[in-house]
Amino acid sequence: MDAQATVTIVIDGREVEARPGSMIIEAADAAEIYIPRFCYHPKLSIAASCRMCLVEVEKAPKPLPACATPVADGMVVQTRSATAVEAQQGTMEFLLINHPLDCPVCDQGGECPLQDQAMGYGQGFSRYREGKRAKAPLDLGPLVATAMTRCIHCTRCVRFGREIAGAIELGATGRGEQMTIETYLNGNGSVDSEVSGNIIDLCPVGALTSKPYRFTARPWELLSHSGVSPHDSLGTNITVQTAHHAVKRVMPRVNESINECWISDRDRFAYEGAECDDRLTEPMVRRREGLAETSWEEALREASAAMQSAAESADAGLAALIHPISSVEECFLLQKIMRGLGSDHIDHRLFQRDFSDDPAAPAYPGLEVPLTDIEPLKGLLLVGCNPRKEAPLLALRIRKMVSQGGMVGAVGPRALDANFDVAVQQCVDPSRLPGALLRLVEKLGATDTELATALQAHPAKNVNGDGPQDHALAELLTQAGSDGAIILGQNALNHADGAALRLAAAKLAQLTGMRLGVLAPANSAGAWWAGAVPHRLPEGVPSKGTGANALEMTDHNVHTALVYGLEPAIDHADPVRLNAMLERAQKVIAFSAFRSAVPDQADLVLPITPYTESSGTFINCNGAMQFSRAALAPRGNSRPGWKVLRVLGNFLSLPDFDYDDISQVSEALKTPPAVTMRPASTDLQNPNQSANERAIAQEAFSLIGELAIYQTDPVVRRSPALAKTRDGLTAKSCRLHPEDLTARGLTEGSEIQVAGGHHRATLQVVADSGVTPGCISVFLGTLETAAFGADVALTIKAVD
Amino acid sequence: MTVEPGAILSESVLQKIEAEAGKYPTRRAAVKSALRYAQAEHGWINEDVVSAVAEVLNLERIEVFEVATFYDMFYTRPVGRFPVRVCTNVSCLLRGADGIMDSLCERLDVEAGETTADGRFTVFPAECLGACGGAPMMSVADDYHENLSAEDLDAILERYR
Amino acid sequence: MSPICEIRVCLPPEGVDSPWTLASYRERGGYQAWERVLRNQTPREEIIETIKSSGLRGRGGAGFPTGLKLSFMPRDGVGQKYIVCNSDESEPGTFKDRDILRFNPHQVIEGMALAGYAIGATVGFNYIRGEYYEPWQRFEAALAEAREAGLLGDDLMESGIAFELHSQRGAGAYICGEETALLESLEGKKGQPRFKPPFPAQVGAFGKPTTVNNTETLASIPPIVRNGPDWFAKIGVENSGGTKIYSVSGHVNRPGNYEVPMGIPFRDLLVLAGGVQEGRALKAVIPGGSSVPVVPADTIMECTMDYDGLAQAGSALGAGSVIVMDETTCMVEVLERISYFYFVESCGQCTPCREGTGWLYRMIKRIRSGAGTDEDLDRLKSVADRIEGRTICALGDAVAWPVQSFLKHFRHEFEAMIPSREAA
Ligand SMILES: Cc1cc2nc3c(=O)[nH]c(=O)nc-3n(C[C@H](O)[C@H](O)[C@H](O)COP(=O)(O)O)c2cc1C
Ligand code: SF4
Ligand code: FES
Repeated sequence: MDAQATVTIVIDGREVEARPGSMIIEAADAAEIYIPRFCYHPKLSIAASCRMCLVEVEKAPKPLPACATPVADGMVVQTRSATAVEAQQGTMEFLLINHPLDCPVCDQGGECPLQDQAMGYGQGFSRYREGKRAKAPLDLGPLVATAMTRCIHCTRCVRFGREIAGAIELGATGRGEQMTIETYLNGNGSVDSEVSGNIIDLCPVGALTSKPYRFTARPWELLSHSGVSPHDSLGTNITVQTAHHAVKRVMPRVNESINECWISDRDRFAYEGAECDDRLTEPMVRRREGLAETSWEEALREASAAMQSAAESADAGLAALIHPISSVEECFLLQKIMRGLGSDHIDHRLFQRDFSDDPAAPAYPGLEVPLTDIEPLKGLLLVGCNPRKEAPLLALRIRKMVSQGGMVGAVGPRALDANFDVAVQQCVDPSRLPGALLRLVEKLGATDTELATALQAHPAKNVNGDGPQDHALAELLTQAGSDGAIILGQNALNHADGAALRLAAAKLAQLTGMRLGVLAPANSAGAWWAGAVPHRLPEGVPSKGTGANALEMTDHNVHTALVYGLEPAIDHADPVRLNAMLERAQKVIAFSAFRSAVPDQADLVLPITPYTESSGTFINCNGAMQFSRAALAPRGNSRPGWKVLRVLGNFLSLPDFDYDDISQVSEALKTPPAVTMRPASTDLQNPNQSANERAIAQEAFSLIGELAIYQTDPVVRRSPALAKTRDGLTAKSCRLHPEDLTARGLTEGSEIQVAGGHHRATLQVVADSGVTPGCISVFLGTLETAAFGADVALTIKAVD
Repeated sequence: MTVEPGAILSESVLQKIEAEAGKYPTRRAAVKSALRYAQAEHGWINEDVVSAVAEVLNLERIEVFEVATFYDMFYTRPVGRFPVRVCTNVSCLLRGADGIMDSLCERLDVEAGETTADGRFTVFPAECLGACGGAPMMSVADDYHENLSAEDLDAILERYR
Repeated sequence: MSPICEIRVCLPPEGVDSPWTLASYRERGGYQAWERVLRNQTPREEIIETIKSSGLRGRGGAGFPTGLKLSFMPRDGVGQKYIVCNSDESEPGTFKDRDILRFNPHQVIEGMALAGYAIGATVGFNYIRGEYYEPWQRFEAALAEAREAGLLGDDLMESGIAFELHSQRGAGAYICGEETALLESLEGKKGQPRFKPPFPAQVGAFGKPTTVNNTETLASIPPIVRNGPDWFAKIGVENSGGTKIYSVSGHVNRPGNYEVPMGIPFRDLLVLAGGVQEGRALKAVIPGGSSVPVVPADTIMECTMDYDGLAQAGSALGAGSVIVMDETTCMVEVLERISYFYFVESCGQCTPCREGTGWLYRMIKRIRSGAGTDEDLDRLKSVADRIEGRTICALGDAVAWPVQSFLKHFRHEFEAMIPSREAA
């Protein structure tokens, strides 16, 4: 940027500096001079169509739209002169003639730019005597309520879909006065993108409102609390709004370095899960008749007694699993208790299956590339990663990158149905994923002799020569170089050969200079940094003991098992083995917010609160530590988890558990260093025999198992609105390549029986040409499907 | 939902769309032509046509539908085989367009906007069709008929069977 | 007094057999200019200069000097540029481009080739209104002939110069005549005008620098290049070079297109068109298509038909579409019809146009039905004033001007329809 990068203009008599090429409205906004507007939005293309922002510009013969008129040095602008105000009033009058003026019954009432600006720029009476226009209601699905008669045709929602979300769902049909905002064939086209709720915020009138929130409160009754959404690892900033002791809605809080002004639908509507009737409000203890309510005093006493005796017992003693949606404080205190009692058996990596690279692992998982630096990237390689479903706002960043000419390559078990263009897509059977990456390593010139060893250990050796896209992918990586990044997602992180994948990716990054990243779930970064892994104490310090990881734990004979914030029947790679482990345990202590999430084996149930009722710190994928404030008092007798753990520490008489305030807990931890994903060594020698050498029965389909977007944690899983979205409704289905369907004589929509090692289920089948032939894609995260998580392959059969 | 355009549009229509798309740097530029060809084959722009055109030109259906509803010459509901457009704009108005419209509707036993019982004609009042020198005028399908008088109408309509 | 007669520059001479064929066009000197340019590789600047000094102004309505517009295109040789012909002709009262396309399509092709060459465009598009089936067919046939004859294509006459030309049909929307709406439509979108800046010369068709000109404008270029700029300039008057095709319609005895020198007195044009029908008295004339202000009889009878003359009369030359109304005309009815037109043709994006056109139309309709009030007349004027100059494209002005001018000159006719106060 050169130095003379500003021009000076005069707005309402004030000198204002502005960037050349920027619009008057931007300069005015920066100077906090408010110009009314409806169609303009800083993140959307300029429509200049509502004509609300008309201002007087010296020497211009007529009023000009401030949103679309570029600044020029010496320009003199009047936003409140007689000419400007007359023009603004004129527009306001036109906007109101066909607007229903039903503010008293409108959900937008009280926070409606039209209402506010009508007060400021309207005339107080109507000169319109003709009939008003009415528009049929529009069914946009479970999230967005509509009252299209109120629409003022600003087209923000339409532009959002096309420009930001990459989901062309809403359109403006017809022309003139009959122009209508709708989806194609109303009803047949609900809005289904993962970020559709943003149109609620964008709509400047009450045409698009939140369906779950509708009519439950008026804006002036709402109290706002700043929070951080825990459902993915971005650390999206939110405002949680409450009234009458309940969360009424969640809105974005602007943070340009993370979520800009958007939030995903998961971040917006998951609160419904926290507000459900399934909440636990009293501690419970197992008596002969079953679980019965008890006092905190007694519950904690029993818990500490069990844990004490576990610590003293001969067998594996104490083990704890914690869901990564938990805060840094919860992770920290839980591991502190465990370690205080001499156990390293703690883990949050519930779905990971290969831990062989633990010793070499970096301090915590994340993206080396800051979110704000994704847009200028030249190349991005996604390995087993579907950003659109894993971290929807990351996908929006990638979209921007692609629109600037960046290229995305993807290697994974199925084709991405992405909202950005994927330049090169390599789909392979999951068992061939490590081989596919190693072939790239080879192509990029790894001369290491270990490469040969590594290649031998992986099924790439079964592939003669190159994969069809190898060349293009290698090209993409070389060209991107240090302007590129590699991101590993769910399907890589939780792969049976995850260590090999991580290693190959690190090698690729080393060879090309690309930045590396892992998109781990929720607050995984915080859990690592707080020491909720067996081999690391807080701040990445290696632990001396040999703790069992989330998978190993299930083979142990545990005396007392702690399950914290997870649903053991769902939230684990091998729920069948976990169940058996809980069965064998003397005592099972469940920390849960939800009644139905408590395992049958629980002897003690400690009701903790979801994030809406608990303060806590979260570390995002770029290492940013952010504090989220409780929005509500705990429901009933439930308590924020960190408080329960602190008191439990006292009951156990462990040292240093005298925290008065949550801030003292997080202050015990240093701010994490910048993300680095480089393992201690990139020696490709992988002693592990590939898990994929396991024979797959002839008739079986390789399993692609991943968590569905609205099944990732016990809170979202309980949001009725999200369950009714297309993603919610299809969570209990399986997907096959259409050719495989035809070959088996199956038709889309029919029910089939799917069987794995320990489990069978009847699922609806969907034809999906993105699924690699020979594979079956099943969403884990539901009671019906979770047990497949341990399988490599499934067999299917028609149900008659 | 994906459709197989070949199951909806004839080979010749698909070829014509390809030829048209080849003229422009973007396929989308062929959308009006595609809708026109498809409409000629199907009579109107039904759901199948929207889906097929969207598929062929790599657009979303709502994008095709936006275009289909913006332009007067696309019909998003069934119409007669020969749309009749009677210009009622100023120049024709000054030379008796109202009378032509009335007598046409009377002869065909329809109201403006309706389709004849035999499905042959739909009568539309039209905006200026650019033949004001021959006012009053109307178009039937692709043909212009100018300097109309009520007496001519029967003979003209006879030509469309 | 000199006899009033036509001078045909854009329309073919009368009495020629099949004037739309290549052979016929060549007989009239057609393609000589293009071939000379191809042979001599005439410097591009020279052609632009020629057009500048011919005094040619845009025939699409705004009258912008054509040579100047061509000179706005970026000079550097890199990147695709386009020349676009606006044959959308939908302004009520206008029907000249239809006849140019039907009877003289080759001249449009040659004009586009010359203009395209001048701005460095190797591709042109002619956007023809969808209802013009016969003109489109003629144009397509001419394109085929021109390609066959090596007048369009690559490396023409081994000059290394390329020019390819396609037509695209509209589908029924007046707004697509507005040049940026036309570009949107050409790209396969709804025809919604774009906000300017950027102008088409910077960001036009498919994001590339583009010049849009009217059919008649482009058809004027070959004779200018062939016969020299002075020849053209001298046909017309100061500030308005050349001939103009006037589309005369309404209450005249011989409606039709008349190509005559710019600056012809309205009086003479009326005589050419056979005078007012049935010998009635003239009441008013809309001289440039429905968008321009109406001019009462006594004013127009003293007026010359050129940019300055009509501006002095409080109106505009527009597209030269002369709608003649005799003493029997109900001005309220005419305005209602015109307002209805803009109401249904508004593209719908700008608030004042989308909402205001319907408001105006409904008010006028109510007045004509006898349910108007005194306030309605002022309200009509004020609503029109609030649309004028406040919209993305000039359709907003086109809505306002008729309302303002009809009220100014014929307010008594509106008042006469308002029930008397004592009755109310
Ligand atoms: C609402 C509206 C409709 C227009 N319709 C036409 C038209 O049908 N034909 C045309 O040539 N120009 C039309 N114009 C003018 C064009 O925008 C543009 O000025 C013209 O095509 C430029 O060509 P010219 O410089 O040769 O006149 C219209 C303008 C407006 C605002
Ligand atoms: S003035 Fe009317 S026609 Fe022109 S862009 Fe605005 S809404 Fe569309
Ligand atoms: S905000 Fe500028 S025109 Fe809408």
